[in-house]
Amino acid sequence: MIYPYIPHTDEDRAHMLEALGLSSIDQLFEVVGEDLLLEDSVPIAHRRTEDEVQRMIDSIAQRNIRGIPFLGGGCYDHIIPSTVKALSSLPSFVTAYTPYQAEMSQGLLQAIFEFQSMICEITTMDIANASLYDGAHAVVEAALLMVSAKRGAKKVLVSETIHPFSLKALKTWALGSEYEIILIEEVDGVSDLSSLPLTDDVGGLIVQSPNRYGFIEDYTAIAEQIHEHKALFAISSDPLSLAIQKTPGQWGADIAIGDTQSLGLSLAFGGPTCGYMAVKQPLLRRIPGRLVGMTSDREGRRGFTLTLQAREQHIKRERATSNICSNQALAALMTTIHLSSLGWAGMVEAAQQSYAKAHYLAHHLSQLPGLYVLNAHPFWCEFPIVFTDAKRMRKFLQELRNEGIFAGIRLSALTRRAEDELVLLVAVTEKRSREELELYIAGAQRVMK
Amino acid sequence: MIEPLLIEKTKAGRLAYCYPPLDLPRSFDQEFEHLPSHLTREGSARLPEVSELDVVRHFTRLSTMVHGVDNGMYPLGSCTMKYNPKLSEEIAQMADFTQIHPLQDISTVQGCLSVMYNLLEDLSSITGMVWGSLQPCAGSHGEYTGLKMIRAHFLKTGDDKRTKVLIPVSAHGTNPASAAVNGFDVIEIASNKKGLVDLDDLKSKLNDEVAALMLTNPNTLGLFEEDILEISKAVHEAGALLYYDGANLNAIMGKARPGDMGFDVLHLNLHKTFSTPHGGGGPGSGPVMVNELLVPYLPKPEIDLGESGYLFDWSQEDSIGKVSMFWGNFLVFLRAYVYILRMGTDGLRAASNHAVLNANYLAKKLEPYYEIPYTSGIMHEFVISVKNYKSEYGVTAEDFAKALIDEGYHPPTVYFPLIVEEALMIEPTESESLESLDAFIDAMIRIAKKAKSDPASLKGAPYSTPVGRLDQVKAVKDAKLRY
Repeated sequence: MIYPYIPHTDEDRAHMLEALGLSSIDQLFEVVGEDLLLEDSVPIAHRRTEDEVQRMIDSIAQRNIRGIPFLGGGCYDHIIPSTVKALSSLPSFVTAYTPYQAEMSQGLLQAIFEFQSMICEITTMDIANASLYDGAHAVVEAALLMVSAKRGAKKVLVSETIHPFSLKALKTWALGSEYEIILIEEVDGVSDLSSLPLTDDVGGLIVQSPNRYGFIEDYTAIAEQIHEHKALFAISSDPLSLAIQKTPGQWGADIAIGDTQSLGLSLAFGGPTCGYMAVKQPLLRRIPGRLVGMTSDREGRRGFTLTLQAREQHIKRERATSNICSNQALAALMTTIHLSSLGWAGMVEAAQQSYAKAHYLAHHLSQLPGLYVLNAHPFWCEFPIVFTDAKRMRKFLQELRNEGIFAGIRLSALTRRAEDELVLLVAVTEKRSREELELYIAGAQRVMK
Repeated sequence: MIEPLLIEKTKAGRLAYCYPPLDLPRSFDQEFEHLPSHLTREGSARLPEVSELDVVRHFTRLSTMVHGVDNGMYPLGSCTMKYNPKLSEEIAQMADFTQIHPLQDISTVQGCLSVMYNLLEDLSSITGMVWGSLQPCAGSHGEYTGLKMIRAHFLKTGDDKRTKVLIPVSAHGTNPASAAVNGFDVIEIASNKKGLVDLDDLKSKLNDEVAALMLTNPNTLGLFEEDILEISKAVHEAGALLYYDGANLNAIMGKARPGDMGFDVLHLNLHKTFSTPHGGGGPGSGPVMVNELLVPYLPKPEIDLGESGYLFDWSQEDSIGKVSMFWGNFLVFLRAYVYILRMGTDGLRAASNHAVLNANYLAKKLEPYYEIPYTSGIMHEFVISVKNYKSEYGVTAEDFAKALIDEGYHPPTVYFPLIVEEALMIEPTESESLESLDAFIDAMIRIAKKAKSDPASLKGAPYSTPVGRLDQVKAVKDAKLRY
């Protein structure tokens, strides 16, 4: 009985059992009790060789179909430099645990410190944590922070225009809790912030820009209103968009959240991605998750360590600011390598090219009969188009699919609302080549003529 | 060796990556409207400006200052730092998985869905549960999800005064934290002399306000809760549910099933038991598995197999909803699935057999040198206490841990569980060979001797690392968290 991942030979087993004064491994399991111990005579499946497994997986993989994705909805196909895969695959990064033992984990801690710094720079905030699970989780943690930071807070205001899945995750959090989610309705595809119900029991407001339609929202004078009521303001953003759009810090937000998927993470059927949260200085002791700080050893050498752990579950247990333990460290490392490779100039280039290409496609689609490009508000790399009838929409998607193009995401797949049936979200990144854009345009023209 | 921050190597004008030039028609360039100025970012972000080789050397050097399972033994208790197969990594990089968008048409993602469906089937049979959800991204996220389902169940049955969750004092910190995040009050349950749940204390605290008991089995002392059937009966007779923290499942795969023990809901840590890498703290994956009673509350969408293939089912009315952005950490599922395929049921059982054999062998060999407060029924891990070394020689658990670093080992979990003073929690996993265990034992014996003969030297450890012990007070007081 030999397994490549279990190094014991018969001789080893005999030697170890002898040391224990036992005759079989089964004796070590007697404590489990006969009622619970499984019969081990009939295995459901036997081990397979590497080659057998690779063949099985190859045939499974063939049942996935790849296309040229004009798909977004919170997950985008951006260019990723080759450094990201090569360096994030270095075995000691991959196979380490959370860096509890600082002296033995300096490389990882320093990389996380650089990640935190970059997130602060991009969002123009003061303090960023070492990552959260994903963008939806970041929204939930922001809500949790809002109700815990203000005495008597029972409500969280949230715009209807945040990602539908983030909204669902937030509703799950509120289910059976003492907290209430108050939806701020949309007008023409953006948050209607004209008369916020800012009562004393409101902990804060959560908005998203670019929002669920891709529109960039205007938060002029919002932070001031919220702060007058001692509540907190959280803005969720695709961090790449912050290379061109006004940042959460510049809008006066207290909390910046989102997902770094657009910065070096592949589509991967939606995960792993990497949630981020950055806050203003007064929230230092309330931010959830791991924090890495710079300090020094006895000889004055610079070093990095997990710090301010009195906020965390392994110290504070039920009084912790969050229950998070494992985060998305390796994904955060990918983002760090990605940003290190791009630099600021590269980040701006990616954001601007995405903007230009999305507007190019939107411009050409807007010339076609049978659909409308919704452009009442500025957008960045994603925009909604509305078809006049369902049959046309199906034909449109099918025709482009025949060209190898995934033309967009049905908004109704995100919202599960009948009224969104005719809306398609189209995302264009810097990665889409001119040929791919022209292929899309030509296909669309054929169907819609 | 101190590696500068990459930002400290910046030289204006250097590039590590070039984008292809924008190739839209020049006429268009003037046509589209730019973002209005009041919505436009002011100023730039300080990011490194370096060459590609600078990036490569920086992160390669950083990686040499990290210890992973691939570097050496990593007996971190309750974290199951077993070997992460290279095949899993190779498969997780296949473009036919990494280039699949989560919102593609369902007919184009049948491969991904088949991995998820089959993994859930395997996890169901390993745990003895009915079905589950792969959405939670980590163990504590699984706890949050499982407890939310318990909440939803009692809301549905109108039993909403059940607001308390019982948790043994030896439990992982995430248990009480996850209960609190779900709005439950946490009640601690004492441990008895054997290190197991104190049945009398448990029974005295069970009443019609209790929603659940959260239990890890084997517990964090590495001991099997031998009264589990009685515990289960008592909990259910009080109308409460039983939650299984799967952190320690590596002790009993293929040997015993939480479902048979009477657990109603559990989470697994694919990044522990199922051999997916920890990545320096994540991404993990914390699937929740449930019995028949809780199936209606599983997160949406549920994955199902219909006539025309796999599908996402959004129809369950009583579902707690979504807990993550898309479908969970898919590339982690893929690795766990590869591991299960490689091992087979017989291999998983062999893994648990050898994990338990290794822990018992280590405990036996260390016992002459270290106090092991709870020895009866050790499974896959055990806890030693160095409180006598502390009182006699002033050497603490932390000092032992740092000395182990100089021996080339990642230290065990320290100061946990809280019921053992000066604790070192050791989990060797099945991956370590007899020779590697013997070498670790020798190192532990050397350190024990040194603790008596030259305690001061341990106080200064580690000596072999790029930095020595760091000033934690300064780290908190100055809180320098960014460049």
